[in-house]
Amino acid sequence: MSVKLPMYLDHAATTPCDPRVVEAMLPYFTETFGNPGSRNHCFGWAAEEAVDQARRQVASLIGADRKEVIFTSGSTESNNLAIKGGARMYELAPAGSGKPRGHIITGNIEHKAVLDPCKRLEKEGFEVTYLEPGPDGIFTAEMVKGAMRDDTILVTIMWANNEIGTINEIPEIGKLCHERKVLFHTDATQWVGKMPTNVIEDNVDLLSLSGHKIYGPKGVGALYVRRRKPRVRLIALQEGGGQERGFRSGTLNVTGIVGLGKACELCAQEMDADRERLGKLRDKLENAITSRLDTVQVNGHPERRLAHMTNISFGFVEGESLMMACKDIAMSSGSACTSASLEPSYVLKGLGIGDDLAHSSLRLSLGRWTTEEEIDFAIETIVGAVEKLRMLSPLYDMHKEGIDITKIEWAAH
Amino acid sequence: MAYSGKVVDHYEHPRNVGNFGTTSEVKERPDIGVGLVGAPECGDVMQLQIKVNQDTGVIEDARFKCFGCGSAIASSSLATEWLKGKSIDEGLQIKNTEIVEELSLPPVKIHCSVLAEDAIRAAIADYQEKQQKQQ
Ligand SMILES: Cc1ncc(COP(=O)(O)O)c(C=O)c1O
Repeated sequence: MSVKLPMYLDHAATTPCDPRVVEAMLPYFTETFGNPGSRNHCFGWAAEEAVDQARRQVASLIGADRKEVIFTSGSTESNNLAIKGGARMYELAPAGSGKPRGHIITGNIEHKAVLDPCKRLEKEGFEVTYLEPGPDGIFTAEMVKGAMRDDTILVTIMWANNEIGTINEIPEIGKLCHERKVLFHTDATQWVGKMPTNVIEDNVDLLSLSGHKIYGPKGVGALYVRRRKPRVRLIALQEGGGQERGFRSGTLNVTGIVGLGKACELCAQEMDADRERLGKLRDKLENAITSRLDTVQVNGHPERRLAHMTNISFGFVEGESLMMACKDIAMSSGSACTSASLEPSYVLKGLGIGDDLAHSSLRLSLGRWTTEEEIDFAIETIVGAVEKLRMLSPLYDMHKEGIDITKIEWAAH
Repeated sequence: MAYSGKVVDHYEHPRNVGNFGTTSEVKERPDIGVGLVGAPECGDVMQLQIKVNQDTGVIEDARFKCFGCGSAIASSSLATEWLKGKSIDEGLQIKNTEIVEELSLPPVKIHCSVLAEDAIRAAIADYQEKQQKQQ
């Protein structure tokens, strides 16, 4: 069977919309187009009903109550609202008082949509500890405990990492936070919809999720805000009409919200089967690559990670040429190669992986429609590309001759 | 990034890949000059070897290996093509700007052509040093 090219193995970046999601959304563009804020006619009521159903679908996927779901434009906004809105609400001293406003704990391999709000808060007088994971990339409750202080007001740790898929000790960190009465937020963008989630059992106060990572539309997401034990309050970032209980003003994105709701419902039904199938395909891909090529390493924890993705570094080949050799496959590389500056991934560097291996790493993430034929094609393409580039690589020759390339005095340029 | 047709051609069909022996073997060969430039952490390393007719001073053959992006591979592949049949002096005349022009390299890839020129000079310098030692 032939595969359709180019093929998409970058589902951690974004997913296609499930056609069932699109179908659910369509009537809300044209027929049921009302503003859910319109309280005095049936157009508004119908829209509100649709939003309410979506709220239940989202809540149900994460074990929450529908009243605890705040719709946003995606995880970036959810993270900003949770972190900035939470810190400003639970501050120990007001802005401009000159006194320390409170301590926040996060991790240094979090997504930029967590790191940058934390950096903003630092500028505003909060103190932030950036935990460093071990080589397996996991943040443990023990690490958080070690960083806790009397003035800690907020902990924000992602549930699963977007580059390496490793899974942090969220229920345990949540338990610790609850014991210490510290607000706990998790960026669950990569986790929700792929793994069973229960915000009550998992001790989460605030949780970010995004539509476009779970076969829903882009530009819509949600923030779970706990209402009981404790009742979490936030200072809104966006002010106006007071929608979403005042947490997030602005006319609701009804079509997007309906799509997000449907996507959550489908994930609840299909994630177990998807996970099992994709886990097997991922293992096949990984096993083939690691058995057919020498000097390759799988990054992150070998078991404690999401089933549908893998991050692999290839020694003695350069990242950009590797991507070029695999141009029929859409995937991510470990070098955020933006025009002139070749910056290796800070996540991989955070695991202690050297610049050279970080540059030559690939993140492959499978999705609901990934087939075994595609994986077979990807295996042949990647193995072939690495073999070809190694045939070209003077470094691989040296390695084979037993020369330690780290001992060579390279002329810097 | 989009690559020019010539870069893609050299990348997909690199010319004169290889070497004239292992690192220790070529070290003993007075007719072979080796240039190894760049650094792994900078993302490109080029190895260029030239085989010179010691009577005529003509570069009879050239080989390369390259760890680097498509433009670096193409630049070193092109360098081997241009070196073959040239005298040592002619080889030294090759300028990185000519490589840029031939391959239509964008500004962010000019360093690849500079590296190729460095590799040519290093290989020729290595050959000349070996010749001097012989005398
Ligand atoms: C872990 C994580 N957090 C946040 C985001 C941002 O999400 P969004 O695109 O919905 O703003 C992403 C996706 O890029 C992500 O992977």
